[in-house]
Amino acid sequence: MSLWRMILTNLRRHRVRTAIGATGIALGVATMLSVVGLLGGAVKMFERILRSDAEMVVFEKNVSDLFFSNVPVDLADELEKQSFVREAQPVLFTIIAAPDRPVVTCFGIRAGDGRLRKGEWLQGKAADFTDDGRGVVLGERAADFLNARVGGDIELGQGLYPVVGVVRMENGFENGGVFMPLLACQKAFHKEGVCSVVTVALAEGSQPSEVKDWMATRHPRLTALENEEFSRGYSQFRIMKTTAWVVGGCAFLLGGLSVTNTMILSVFSRIKEIAIARVCGFSRGQVARMIFGESLLVSAIGTIAGWALSSAGLYLLARVPMLQGYVEPRIGWQEVAGAMTLAVLTALMGALYPAWYAARLKPAEALRFE
Amino acid sequence: MKQEESMDRQVLVEDVWKSFDRGRIEVLKGVSLKVPKGGIVALCGTSGCGKSTLLNVISGLEEVDRGKVRVSGHDVVNESTRIDLLRHHIGYVFQFHHLMPDLTLQENCLVPLVATGGDRNAGMARLRELAEATGVAHRLGQRVRELSGGERQRGALVRSLMNDPELLLCDEPTGALDESNREKVFDLLLDLVRARGRTLVLATHDPDLARRCDRTVKMRDGRIEDDNAS
Repeated sequence: MSLWRMILTNLRRHRVRTAIGATGIALGVATMLSVVGLLGGAVKMFERILRSDAEMVVFEKNVSDLFFSNVPVDLADELEKQSFVREAQPVLFTIIAAPDRPVVTCFGIRAGDGRLRKGEWLQGKAADFTDDGRGVVLGERAADFLNARVGGDIELGQGLYPVVGVVRMENGFENGGVFMPLLACQKAFHKEGVCSVVTVALAEGSQPSEVKDWMATRHPRLTALENEEFSRGYSQFRIMKTTAWVVGGCAFLLGGLSVTNTMILSVFSRIKEIAIARVCGFSRGQVARMIFGESLLVSAIGTIAGWALSSAGLYLLARVPMLQGYVEPRIGWQEVAGAMTLAVLTALMGALYPAWYAARLKPAEALRFE
Repeated sequence: MKQEESMDRQVLVEDVWKSFDRGRIEVLKGVSLKVPKGGIVALCGTSGCGKSTLLNVISGLEEVDRGKVRVSGHDVVNESTRIDLLRHHIGYVFQFHHLMPDLTLQENCLVPLVATGGDRNAGMARLRELAEATGVAHRLGQRVRELSGGERQRGALVRSLMNDPELLLCDEPTGALDESNREKVFDLLLDLVRARGRTLVLATHDPDLARRCDRTVKMRDGRIEDDNAS
């Protein structure tokens, strides 16, 4: 017989109550991990669009969203002449409308941009996508929902564009997007001479600081960040990540209330037992440890169940045909550690009042309790 | 008071006052009681006369308003003294067994060991010995809800003796039992206490049981009315 055996017995004999408490925590953990996993995956996907074999990204300082960033395209050519740069590619991010599809992501890129090479060409060939042409390449999903094929034309915004290729891209945003020659894209959006970002691949042995220093001197209106810096600092990513943790935290708060309720009921339903434990020599600390132990165990069960629930849910979600490529959940050890920490804190906070109440029970009074 | 004299006394209660409801209900009014080691004392009186409160005061479960309580040479003054007394010096049996229904009888009897963190092997040996003596050895693996009323109360008796206390406090220990079980459990209680040379303070309103004790202390309205040792 040990304190843990008593704790286990207490939880086992009130299975429904224990299950309700654990379910509260499980839903909190599952919500948090799912939301954080989904948004984390979305952020990663967006990061990959920006990277495209590059280590740095150049964009306009102090813009709230990259869609509003205006960078001169000439900068890419200027950068490519520098010894510390291997390749610089301008990219114009836009949203364009198609019939029955008001929002289609459009990437204005040069023919030499590496991202199309990474895709699997299902129709057409890369040589047909030229800088001075109007031919567009569609991601596989975009071709599907726009009902377009190579050889046909597609209406995008105010113009009609020939489809010269269909590519299966790993990334959901790219797979559901349209790749348009940069010049044609600039013209369609009245953004002649500018792009949203310039991605920079460094020459071998070169340091990011060389690009940063060069940019600071020549183009103080613009900023060059390493990919990691960009991920950390980009306000949209920060908002998404913060939102995920806040939503998850709120779910945990509800889970915590469920644990508190479970533990309060648990204490109130066995006031005499607690009194007898005190008569048998239990100190206040031992009584409190028993209540905290029960709460922690309920939380541990809930955390494991929540983890399993979110993993299963995200696994299934990632396999829904409509969401293929868009949902790329990532639950890293940081997220799991965060959820576990919150679960432990929730358990401790949830048990605080019940443990305090139980520890302060006066045995003689409690034994008179009806 | 000489030191030896003090050590010979298991229980010393001096001018103890205890009230409830912010002093509106006075339950003990200047009670004094001395019980030597090995003494077997019955506290008698009608319901509400203060018997149970006096037992609670002796065990430290109730704090006194005024007066002094000393048990096994320890002044009952604070939480740590009370815990030490309940862990090592005092066993308590109530009118109702108060065993935990979902634990087995054995697990219930081992609860005091959880509190003290005592040696499990020694505890098991003591449990077997006490269970044999009380006739519940064959029921140790049963859950409490599967036991009869008499077996439960014997289980409570075993639990109270697990830490080999010098003083056993019993509050109407046979009050919830039928006549046949009442006699058996009470005989058992007296045998165990006498055989081990332990001290027993028992609250009862049953004059027949009280007569079988070495000494009878009659209480009335929060005071000791008669003490046949005096």
